[in-house]
Amino acid sequence: MKVRFHGLLLLLLMPLVPCCHHGVQGASGGRKTTVTVAGSTSVMPFSEKLAEHFKIERPRITVDVQGGGSSAGIQACINRTVEIGMSSRELKGDEKILRQIVICHDGIAVVVHPRNPIRDITLEQVRAVYGGKIRNWKALGWIDRNIDAVTREEGSGTRGAFEELAMRKTDIDDSTMVQDSNGSVKEVVATDPYAIGYLSLGVVDAKVRALSVGGVSPTVKNIKTGKYRMVRPFLYLTMGEPGETARLFIAYVLSKEGQGILKKEGLIPVNE
Amino acid sequence: MNRRFINKDALIRLVLLLFALSSLLFLFTIFVFILSEGLPLFYKAGVSSITLGMKWAPTKGYFGIFPMIVSSFMVTFGALVVGAPLALACATYLSEYAGKKTKIFLKPSLELLAGIPSVVYGFLGVVYIVPLIREYTGGSGFSILATSLVLGIMVLPTITSISFDSLMSVPAAFREGSLAMGATKWQTVYRVVLPAARSGILASFILGMGRAIGETMAVIMVAGNALKIPTSLLDPLRTLTSNIALELAYATDDHRSALFSTGVVLLVIIMSLNLLANFWVKRRVSR
Repeated sequence: MKVRFHGLLLLLLMPLVPCCHHGVQGASGGRKTTVTVAGSTSVMPFSEKLAEHFKIERPRITVDVQGGGSSAGIQACINRTVEIGMSSRELKGDEKILRQIVICHDGIAVVVHPRNPIRDITLEQVRAVYGGKIRNWKALGWIDRNIDAVTREEGSGTRGAFEELAMRKTDIDDSTMVQDSNGSVKEVVATDPYAIGYLSLGVVDAKVRALSVGGVSPTVKNIKTGKYRMVRPFLYLTMGEPGETARLFIAYVLSKEGQGILKKEGLIPVNE
Repeated sequence: MNRRFINKDALIRLVLLLFALSSLLFLFTIFVFILSEGLPLFYKAGVSSITLGMKWAPTKGYFGIFPMIVSSFMVTFGALVVGAPLALACATYLSEYAGKKTKIFLKPSLELLAGIPSVVYGFLGVVYIVPLIREYTGGSGFSILATSLVLGIMVLPTITSISFDSLMSVPAAFREGSLAMGATKWQTVYRVVLPAARSGILASFILGMGRAIGETMAVIMVAGNALKIPTSLLDPLRTLTSNIALELAYATDDHRSALFSTGVVLLVIIMSLNLLANFWVKRRVSR
C-alpha cells in the first residue's frame, strides 16, 4: 500500500517539483540542499537506509527517497524531475541515454513456507510451476496439494528480472496469484503453507524459507562466485553528469561505508 | 433597504449555485481526463481486442480485460448473494418490526459499518476469512468466496439504508388496510409492504452492485489477483478496479493507457448501473 501511495504521490507531484534541485551551489556553500532519488521499490528501502546514514555525515544535505517503480524512476530521471533514478532492472532501448551506476547486486530467492519440507528446486521446475505445467506439490516430491504460486504484477522490476533470469521465453501462467510488492508476496508465502513465491534476497527473513536452486543456495558467497544465477543489478541513474550534491551521495553509496551498509542488508556489494 | 435584501439574497443564491455546479465540474473533469487518457488505446488496439481480449500482458502488447470484466461481475453477484438477503432482512426489521429503542441502536451501527475504511475490511479478510477458507476447503483461500464474503458485508449499509427508505415511504394506509382485512403482520409485510417497495429495493440492489464493483483496496487484499477467469468458487480472480490499482505504480506508455482504458470500461459499467437504478426509482414514482 505504501508503495502504491508513493507511486501516486510521485505522479501527482512530478509537475510540481522544480527542476532546480541540481544543487551545485549547495554542499560546499553550507546551504541546505536536497537530492531527490526515486524509482524501484526494491531499491527504495536500501536507499532510505543509505540516506539516513549519509545525513549523519553531511547534515546539510537531505536525500529525499521516493518509490514509484523502476519504470517511473527511469522516466522521471529522463525528464529531470528527479536527480537520481533507481532501477532494479537493466535499461532497455531509449532508456540507455541515462548514465548508470551499479550500486550493488541483488539475488532473487525462490521462497516457500517454513513448514514446507522441500529444500531444493531446479530452474526447470521453477519454470514449470510458474508456466502452469506443474500445479501440484506431488510433482515436486511433497503431498498431493495444489501449489499456490504467487508472482509480482506486470511492470515490476523484480518480475522483469525473474522473467528474464528464470522464465526465459515461457510466460507466467494466468492462474498465478499476483501481489504488488515484495512485502505482500512475503506475507502470502509466510501465511500459506502451500505457497511458493519469489523475492528480492534482501527482504528474505525467517518468516519464509529460501530454496536452493539446482543445489545452489542463494548466499552472498554463491552469488559472488557466480554459482547462484538469479541475480540482478541495482542501478542508480543520472541524466548526464550528476550535480554536486548528487555526486556526493553516489560517492558515499559506493564508498566502503555505503557498501558495508548494503552488505549488512543482505545485498551483494560491488568492487570489493 | 428592501432592495438591498433582495440583492443579497440573489447573490447568495448565485454563490450557492456556483458551488453546486462545481460538483458537475469535477465530474466533467474526471470524465475528460479518463477519456483522453484511455480512448487513444481503444483506437490503437481496437475496442474488441480490449474488451473481449482474453490475454493481459500490457508490456508485451496484449490488453485484453475480458476476464476482469467477467470477474468483476462475478464478485459483484457474489456480494449480492451474501449481502442482499441480510440487508433486506435488516431493512424489513427496522421499518416494520423494530421499536424506537432498537432503531436508535441499529441504524447508527449500520452507518458506522459504512464508515469503516475498506482497507480494514480487507485486512480482516486476509487475517481471518482467507485462512479459514484455506483450512476448510483447500485452495489458497484467496478466492471469489473470500471476496464475496468481504464485499457482501461492505454492501450491507448501502442496500439496507436505501431499502429501508423505500419501505418507510410505503403509505401507512397500505398496512392499515391489509391489517384491517384480517391479514397477519407477516402477511402484510410479505404480500403488501415489500411488493409496494419493490422498485426501491431493486434500486438498492443495483446501487449495492455499484458499490461492490467499485471497491478496490479490500478486493486486492483478498482476491489473489490472478488473471484467469475463475472456474470455481475457490479460484483467485482480478477485478477491473484492482487491475488499475495493482499496476499503476509501475505502468508507463501503453501499459498506463491500458489502465485508463480499464477505467473507461469501469466508468461505462458504473454509469449504466446508476442509470438502471434511477430508472427503477422513477418507475416507482410514476406508478
